[in-house]
Amino acid sequence: MAAFTLSINGQAHAVDVDPDTPLLWAIRDGAGLTGTKYGCGVAQCGACTVHIDGQSTRSCSLPVSAVGDRKITTIEGLSSKEGRAVQAAWAAIDVPQCGYCQSGQVMSATALLEQNKAPTDRDVDLAMNGNICRCATYVRIRAAIHQAAKSLEG
Amino acid sequence: MSRVRQAVLAGFAGVLVASLVAVAGPLLPGEADAASRAADSTQLRPVSDFAKIRDKQKRAIALFEEAGKVITSPRCMNCHPAGDRPTQTDAMRPHQPLVVRGEHGLGPPSGLACTTCHHQANFDPAGVPGNPKWALAPLEMAWQGKTLGQICVQIKDRTRNGDKDMAALVHHMAEDELVGWGWHPGEGRTPAPGTQKQFGALIKAWAEAGAACPKG
Repeated sequence: MAAFTLSINGQAHAVDVDPDTPLLWAIRDGAGLTGTKYGCGVAQCGACTVHIDGQSTRSCSLPVSAVGDRKITTIEGLSSKEGRAVQAAWAAIDVPQCGYCQSGQVMSATALLEQNKAPTDRDVDLAMNGNICRCATYVRIRAAIHQAAKSLEG
Repeated sequence: MSRVRQAVLAGFAGVLVASLVAVAGPLLPGEADAASRAADSTQLRPVSDFAKIRDKQKRAIALFEEAGKVITSPRCMNCHPAGDRPTQTDAMRPHQPLVVRGEHGLGPPSGLACTTCHHQANFDPAGVPGNPKWALAPLEMAWQGKTLGQICVQIKDRTRNGDKDMAALVHHMAEDELVGWGWHPGEGRTPAPGTQKQFGALIKAWAEAGAACPKG
C-alpha cells in the first residue's frame, strides 16, 4: 500500500492503495465518488471515463501511481459550460434507459464539445464509439450532443 | 482454429522439423544450434550465422529476411496499417474500439485519442499496452499488405522513412523506445522474435553488406 493525494473535482483526496490500483478504484473506493462506473475493466466500454487535465481518459487502464498532480474531473464535478449543456440536453431528450453507462457517455460527450464546438455525425461517432450502451441509446446520445452544441452557439 | 488443434498441429510441425533434421545426417558442431534457431520463430539467428555467405548481395538479402521475422511480427505490423485503423492481437484484427490515425497518428483531435486508454507503460491489470511514444506509424510507413521486399525498399526510401539515412535507420531499429516495446509488449502478447539488440545487429550488418532487398 502507498499514500497518494489525488486532485479530484478541485479537492485533494488522500487515498492509501496499492500503486498498481486502477485510478477507477481509487476514485470509487478511496475517494468515495461512485458516479464513475466499472464496466469491463479492460478499456473496452467507456463506463469509467473521467477527464484528466481536460482529456477524456479511461480510469480503469491507468494506475493510480501514474496520475501525479494532474487534475481529475469526474461526473460529480462536471461543471464546465459544455458539461452543463450536455447534462441539460441529456435530461431534455431523456437519453438514459438503464443509465449505467451514462456518466461515461456524458464525460466523453463533454470532452468532445470542449474541443469541437460543432461536431458532425462522423465526429460524434469517432469520439463516442468507445462508449458502449447495452440499451442502445446511441441515436438519442447523438441527438443530445447536437442539441448541446446548438445550445452553446449563442 | 481451436487451441487444442493448434497445439496438435504445432506439435506435428515440430516432430516433422525434428525428423527432417534427423534424416539430413550428422551436423557439424554449431550447425545443430543454427538449424534449431532457424526453425524457432521466437528466435533470431545471430549475424555470425550469415558470415559464410560469400556473395555480399545474397548475404544482405539473407540478413534482411532474418530481420524480417521482426518486421512482419504482429507486434510491429499492428501499428503500421495501410489504412486509418490499427489492428491488434496476433490475429491482427481491427482495433476495438474503432480508432483512426488522425493528423499525427494519435487519434483525431476531438475524437478517441490513443491516450484515452494507452498510457506511459503497459498496464497488465487492464491488459492495456502503453509507451510514452504510443502512436500509429505514418501512412507512408504502412507495412500491412506489402511483401518483405516492398517493405525493404520502403524503409530505405527517405521520402517514406522519416528522412532517415542508413545510420539513422540502424539507430532507430536498434535503439528506439517504441520499437523496443515490441519485445516487452506486456502480459498475454507474443513478443517480437529475438531481442532488439539482435535485431539492431542484423539491420546494421544488412546495411554494411549493401542493404540489398529481397525480390518481390
